Amino acid sequence: MSYRDGHFQDLKVPLTWTVAVAVLVAAVVAVALLVSDRRESLQTSAYGAARAVADTVNAPAGEAVSAPSRVTSQAVDYLRDYFFAISENRRLRQQLADMQGLRDQVAALQNVNARYQALLGFRTDPPVPMTTAHVVLDARGPFSDTRLADVGKEHGVQVGNPVMSERGLVGRVIGVTRGASRILLLTDVASRTPVLIDRTDARAIMTGDASPTPKLEYMRGIAPLRQGDRVLTSGDGGLAPRGLPVGTVVKGLDGVWRVQLDADESAIDYVRVLLFTDFTSLADPKELAATPLPAGPPAPATPRAVSMAAPSDVAKAAAAQAAKVQAAAALKAKLPPASPTPAPPAPGAPPGMVTGRGAGVVTPPAVSPPPDQGAVQ
Amino acid sequence: MSQRANRMTFWGWMGAPALVCVGATLLFAAPIRVFGLQPPEPIFPMVPAFAWAVLRPSLAAPFVLLLLGLFLDLTWGAPTGLWSISLIVAYGLILLSRGMMSGQGRAMMWMWYAFACALAMGCAYAATALEAGVPPSLLAVFWQYLPTVLLYPFADRLIERFEDADVRFR
Repeated sequence: MSYRDGHFQDLKVPLTWTVAVAVLVAAVVAVALLVSDRRESLQTSAYGAARAVADTVNAPAGEAVSAPSRVTSQAVDYLRDYFFAISENRRLRQQLADMQGLRDQVAALQNVNARYQALLGFRTDPPVPMTTAHVVLDARGPFSDTRLADVGKEHGVQVGNPVMSERGLVGRVIGVTRGASRILLLTDVASRTPVLIDRTDARAIMTGDASPTPKLEYMRGIAPLRQGDRVLTSGDGGLAPRGLPVGTVVKGLDGVWRVQLDADESAIDYVRVLLFTDFTSLADPKELAATPLPAGPPAPATPRAVSMAAPSDVAKAAAAQAAKVQAAAALKAKLPPASPTPAPPAPGAPPGMVTGRGAGVVTPPAVSPPPDQGAVQ
Repeated sequence: MSQRANRMTFWGWMGAPALVCVGATLLFAAPIRVFGLQPPEPIFPMVPAFAWAVLRPSLAAPFVLLLLGLFLDLTWGAPTGLWSISLIVAYGLILLSRGMMSGQGRAMMWMWYAFACALAMGCAYAATALEAGVPPSLLAVFWQYLPTVLLYPFADRLIERFEDADVRFR
């Protein structure tokens, strides 16, 4: 049915004003949506049902659209491997010979590092499990730089998980649904990543601005960085584990320190989602804050108990504490000086348990390399 | 000028162009690389936004643009409402100035279209800068603006196709 043949053909309305009202109403709805948007929030609920449904639908659509390109790319790779196998073989042999020496150095350094960690009682991060994903949709405009990957809740992916390519950090997950995850790239204007400079251990916040090289902001210290410095994740804030490769410091044409991302060296088609859990979230804050109730005979006065006790009780508790301290000092004066080397582990002690002077301090066992490609350190 | 006037049905005038925009956006959002280069990411709904406003005022157009903008936001992962408000602002401006620009030559119309694109992207730029606290790189904005402006022949084709279908608003 044509507009002219419609039931409203004879209806006389001031169309210009009516359309103006329609434009105004649509604009108000759009502004309301924009103001209420919380895209970059770390809260899972902030992602919204509409986005989750759209990602669920878009993931298979993107998979279908990109399938011809992927098949063509694989065919080209196959042909290239076939025709350039000899030169590739020579290059890999040379690379292997170079790596033999490095392997011995790494083994020696790992051994020394593990001993230092054991001596210092240093708690290392455990290996981080991860899952591999395929990018199916690719938004690369100046106002949003995101990717849609084909892994979701069923793979254990959570909002905030860092994402890496085979070269370095790519971004983090900002939305998860069944079968799809939305990844906010480091170059997006909403991206803020705490980083450190490997040479000086200086901290900074890497801020995306839709250019290929994000800016470094909030740096501290005098000349904390220079051209070519390596940039790693600092682990501050618990967003990502410390030490993930990010890129190299470069001076931008605008005179601002920027980061040339390692991930830019190759296409972001397959990525690894690190199923990283921040250690600060492992402890139960409620349990830590709760005060254990005294049971049975009166417990030794804790600072909290002392502060809540009567003044006479406080004086008695302080006198008892002072007597204990004096007794301990007298006992220490009678003992011979401690051995400069740590005592050997007690027979039957579990690996990682330091006995003797460090008794009571539990350190994790020496860090072993990840058993397979499914974990990184 | 088309030889035969097409009947202006909702499907032909709004539905089909909107669906073509949806398909083209999805196609260009695929992670395709040709000789290591990624395809551009133009704002396809700018084409119907311009054509719909130039040819005739419509009650449905702002709401179709609202939906198209939401589709862009959800597909690209942009803040919800960003492209809706940008497209609607551009549509409103073209409506306001259509009396002045109607009947101009193709080059002039192309410039008008380029101005409307600049307005839409300027709106998106301001909204992004306010929301994120960081203005996007102008160079990156230009690389999206350029392919969007180059889409004008499609808008011209859409206008020509329905120009004689409804002469009441000339």
